[in-house]
Amino acid sequence: MIPAQKAFLSGNEAVAAGVRLARPHVIAAYPITPQTTVIERLAEMVEDDSLKAEYLHVESEHSALSACIGASAVGARTFTATSSQGLLYMAECLHYASGGRFPVVMMNANRSLALPWNIYGDQRDSLSLLDCGWIQVYAEDAQESLDLIIHGYAIAEDPHVLTPFMINLDGFLITHTYELLNLPTQEDVDVFLPPFRTVNKMDLDHPMSLAFTAGPAYNQSFKQLQHQAMMSASKVIFETEERFGQLFGRHYPGLIETIHCDDAEFILVTLGSVAGTVRPVVEKLRSLGERVGLVRIRYMRPFPDTEISTALAGAKSVGVLEKDISFGYEGTVFTNVNSALMRAKVLPPRLLNFVGGLGGKDISATDIERLFLRLKSPDDGETVAFI
Amino acid sequence: MNYPVRQKSFKPPKVLADYPVGTAFPAGHLVETNASWRSHRPVIDAAKCTNCRICWLLCPDGVIHNSTPQGLEIDYDYCKGCGICAKECRQKAIRMENEGV
Repeated sequence: MIPAQKAFLSGNEAVAAGVRLARPHVIAAYPITPQTTVIERLAEMVEDDSLKAEYLHVESEHSALSACIGASAVGARTFTATSSQGLLYMAECLHYASGGRFPVVMMNANRSLALPWNIYGDQRDSLSLLDCGWIQVYAEDAQESLDLIIHGYAIAEDPHVLTPFMINLDGFLITHTYELLNLPTQEDVDVFLPPFRTVNKMDLDHPMSLAFTAGPAYNQSFKQLQHQAMMSASKVIFETEERFGQLFGRHYPGLIETIHCDDAEFILVTLGSVAGTVRPVVEKLRSLGERVGLVRIRYMRPFPDTEISTALAGAKSVGVLEKDISFGYEGTVFTNVNSALMRAKVLPPRLLNFVGGLGGKDISATDIERLFLRLKSPDDGETVAFI
Repeated sequence: MNYPVRQKSFKPPKVLADYPVGTAFPAGHLVETNASWRSHRPVIDAAKCTNCRICWLLCPDGVIHNSTPQGLEIDYDYCKGCGICAKECRQKAIRMENEGV
C-alpha cells in the first residue's frame, strides 16, 4: 500500500480531490457561492488532463442535474455541485434522479435562502428538500467531506440502494476553511471503488424504455421500492464505512456519532460544522464534572431513529440545535428527532429546539455553554428558542 | 398490418419483486388499448379512396396505416374518433359511423 499523502486543502478543494479520485465520467455544474471553487478546481483538473471526464458547462442548475441524470442513464458515473438557490432551482430534477434510481453524487454547500439575500451558511436549503428521495449526509470538516465523496459513490451505486447521494458542507465554515488532511492514493481508491455497473441504463444491445410513465395502478409501487432502497442504505452505509476503515485507517461511526452519551444527563443533538464547536465545550464541561454529551447526526436520510432514541434514552434534558426553521412550527431536525423518540417511547423530561446560525449568524463556544446551562435550568415552557 | 400489435400475453406486475429497478424496462410492447371514449368511428370506402394518404399524414394518433396491400387501414384499438381524417379527405371517402350502444 502506497502511503497516503498530506495536503492542506479547503473543504471545497477536498471535495474536488475526492471527486477526481472517484473517476467520474461526467461533471455538469453551474457556479454559485460558496460552491464555486469545487467546480473551478474540477475544471482545472479536466483541463490539465489529471481528470479524464466530460465537463459540461451548463446554463443553470436545472440543466446541471438534468445532464447528470442523462449521463447516468447511459451508465456514466456523474458529479455535480450546487448551493442554496441553485439547489432549489434543481428541485424537480432531484425527484427525477431519485425516481429514476440514478446514483448521481452531489455536493451542496449549505447556504441561506433569499430574502433577505445572503450568501452565508445555514441548512434551510437542503433540509427543505428532505423528501426528495436523496440520501442526505452532513459533513463536519474537510477530511470527512473528501471521504464522504468516496463513500458516496460506493453507497449510491450499490445495487440494493441505487439512490442519489447529497453531501452537505456548511457554506464557508467548511467549504472555505483550510485544514491539513490525508489524501488517499488513486491505487487505494481504485481498489475501494470499482467502476460503476448498472442494469438501469440505456443499452443498445438490449433496448429498454427509459423514464416511462406509471399510472395510478403502478406508480405507488415504484415509490415503495424507493423507500425500501433508502431504508436498506443504512446497512450499506455501515458496511461501506467498515470497508473504508480497514483500507484507509479512518473510521466513521455510522449514521450518528455520540460523544459521552452513555451517562450524560444533558445532551445536545446537532449536525454539520457546529458539532466541531460543541466538542471542546463538552470536554471542558466534563472536566468540570458536568454530565453532558453530544449527538452528531451525520445522515438525515435515511434517518437514524433507533440510533438517536438509544443515545438519548438516559438523558434528563435534550436540546436539538439546528440551522433551520419550518416557519409556523419548529426546526425540521427537531421534528425528526421528536418522532424518533416517540416511536421508541423514549421521552426525555425536557426537549428543547434551539434554532441558530440562520444566514451565517455565528454560534460560538460561549453560546454552546449557555445552551447547556439552559438545558440544566428549570423548564420555562418554551419549545423553540432562537439563539 | 405490420405495425406493433397489442401483447395480450402481458402480465402486469403483482408484487414489488415483479417491478423493474428504476424506470427502465424492455421496450416495444403495446399492452393496453386506448380508444374507449370514441363515439364515432371512421370507415374508409375503398371504392372512393384514391390512396392519396392525406388521412395517414394528418391522423394525430398515427393509427392509419398504409402498409397493407389493399391500401389504408385504421387501427380501431387506438383511434379516438376525432374525425380529422373524414374532414380532410378530399374524396369524401371516409364516413364517421356512430358506435351505437
